[in-house]
Amino acid sequence: MSRVDHAEASSKFIEAKDHADFHDKRLWDLRKKRDSESEAMPEWEALRTLASAIKEHTLTHLGDYLEQFEKNATANGMIVHWARDAAEHNQIVHAILEQHGATTLVKSKSMLTDECEMRPFLENRGIEIVETDLGERIQQLDDEPPSHIVVPAVHKLRGDVAEVFGRTIGTDATNTDVPYLAESQRRHTRPYYLKAGAAMTGANFAIAETGSFVVCTNEGNADLGANLPPLHIASIGIEKLLPKVEHLGVFVRMLSRSALGSPITQITSHFRAPRPGTEMHVVLVDNGRSERLGMEDFWYSLKCIRCGACMNTCPVYRRSGGLSYGSTYSGPIGVIIDPTFNLRKYSSLPFASTLNGSCTSVCPVKINIHEQIYKWREVIAKRHQLPMVKKEAMRVAGKVLASPKLYRAAVEAAAAGLEHLPRFLVYNPFNAWGRQREVPSAPASTFRQWYVANRGGER
Amino acid sequence: MNSRAHILARVRRNQPPWRALPEIPSFERPLADPWAAFAKALARMGGSVAVPTEGVALDALISARFPQARVICSATPEVTGTRAMSTVGAPAELDDVDVGVVRAAFGVAETGSVWLSEREFGINVLGFLSQHLVVLLDPRSIVPDLHHAYRHPGFREARYAVFMTGPSATADIEGVLVRGAQGIRTLTVIPIAGADPRSTKQQGRTA
Repeated sequence: MSRVDHAEASSKFIEAKDHADFHDKRLWDLRKKRDSESEAMPEWEALRTLASAIKEHTLTHLGDYLEQFEKNATANGMIVHWARDAAEHNQIVHAILEQHGATTLVKSKSMLTDECEMRPFLENRGIEIVETDLGERIQQLDDEPPSHIVVPAVHKLRGDVAEVFGRTIGTDATNTDVPYLAESQRRHTRPYYLKAGAAMTGANFAIAETGSFVVCTNEGNADLGANLPPLHIASIGIEKLLPKVEHLGVFVRMLSRSALGSPITQITSHFRAPRPGTEMHVVLVDNGRSERLGMEDFWYSLKCIRCGACMNTCPVYRRSGGLSYGSTYSGPIGVIIDPTFNLRKYSSLPFASTLNGSCTSVCPVKINIHEQIYKWREVIAKRHQLPMVKKEAMRVAGKVLASPKLYRAAVEAAAAGLEHLPRFLVYNPFNAWGRQREVPSAPASTFRQWYVANRGGER
Repeated sequence: MNSRAHILARVRRNQPPWRALPEIPSFERPLADPWAAFAKALARMGGSVAVPTEGVALDALISARFPQARVICSATPEVTGTRAMSTVGAPAELDDVDVGVVRAAFGVAETGSVWLSEREFGINVLGFLSQHLVVLLDPRSIVPDLHHAYRHPGFREARYAVFMTGPSATADIEGVLVRGAQGIRTLTVIPIAGADPRSTKQQGRTA
């Protein structure tokens, strides 16, 4: 598998200036909405502390809670499956569909099924899949993965959507009116709910004590699906467990506030048992999670509730777009999760960060995201996964910084160079810093020259 | 080893040292006027309130509010509508419903949400296939926040339970808010004390 080059991929994103500017603005707007919600709640920090502690408790007792969930869900009439990895998950889902003779599947947004690359697997076996979340549907019709875990098509402008819909579902490609585009998708999708043989959802939370699971959405798509066809399959990562119903108060209060800056999703659904005469299947998916649980520095990432707040606040994510990360999970949370799937493939991602810590401070479950990013850099350097240019630069920097003489010479030479070298030499391809910005002009003297002249402190 | 045993074994082998489960504080917040707080939160989420007029029947109130409606299907005996829920067979038959009518078990002041389960819906998809939803809600049945809401016994009894908060909505294209995404286009709450004894009884157990 080839290595993701985040910097290279994001340079394409940045080229489309209108898109990049809007992307930055839209996500920062979500961040600001999140701020006004959290600042209006005096207990916000107490809730974060609780949420973090509940998740850590659950993860350190995960085996017991998984068994409790399975026992109660089964007693409620659900059928529980276990999938070690993506391939097994996809096979299980396919087998269930086949058993029921279901050939059309209406599916609400689930990052887990994207992680498992389920869609192509099922499509190759003759299953028609209709993504029903508007953003996810846009991405499906454009044959692109989601670029954001909450707002999958956030990198597209209305004109792009009009073009995609015009090309695929027969709308007027020149009509870029947003309500028109949303209404077109509504009308296009509705017949599928009525005729589909099966519906699929993910889950935001699974409750051990009741054997139930919770799906938080806004569009009505998940509940149209789950309440029409005779078969409902829910794919749930094993880290989604919570011990008790009372814990939902803590998490549901924070999820949509962190994600979109709204107090709750328009629809928050609790599935405990199938409707009479229908079947409800749950697939509990590991796919690397149990292994991550054993990583001393990195297991905290399993606390994630997929709100996307860390992405919205991240200056690198906002300016590089989700697709440049080459993975279902992008932004800061992707940076710390993706290397657990494939260290070599995602070795550039931990460098897509300024380490400003903003991700950590907005995280509703207090994941120490920026510290983990730093630790991944250490792991990558130790395992010799640094690209040659970065490694060589670090080796030289290490030498220069270790020697005062070399350092002074380098600083003075650089200052002189910036002033006198022709532009094409300063903004050369090796100067990544100068690619999108002007290099600041060098001061007349270095700090040391100034210090020696003014304080006379030569040792 | 089958996958279940394999996953559980690896989870147990890798579980970090045990951490304690914290107590959830009760987050008491006495509200001077729970109904007013509820209505304010509901408005923010795009829902609206229709206060009944003395002497005007609910059916008349709903018809006046939705003059274009051809099919009004009610899951509560308090409203007759044009189609009796008892005549509906498969859920898909609700596809042509213009206005669905339900009575919620309770409301949440913090978020403006109403709580509904299969018992209130009769057929769950009434809350999503209908173009518009009218929700009868006893104004005395408002709990302050979600912590209180999750104490409701319905979460242990219902097959399906949902907090509905305003109409369905999306902002997936450029963040432009469109109310009426794929489910209901509007949600109207009518504050009216429950003639249905089940909702008040259920509420009594919550308090």
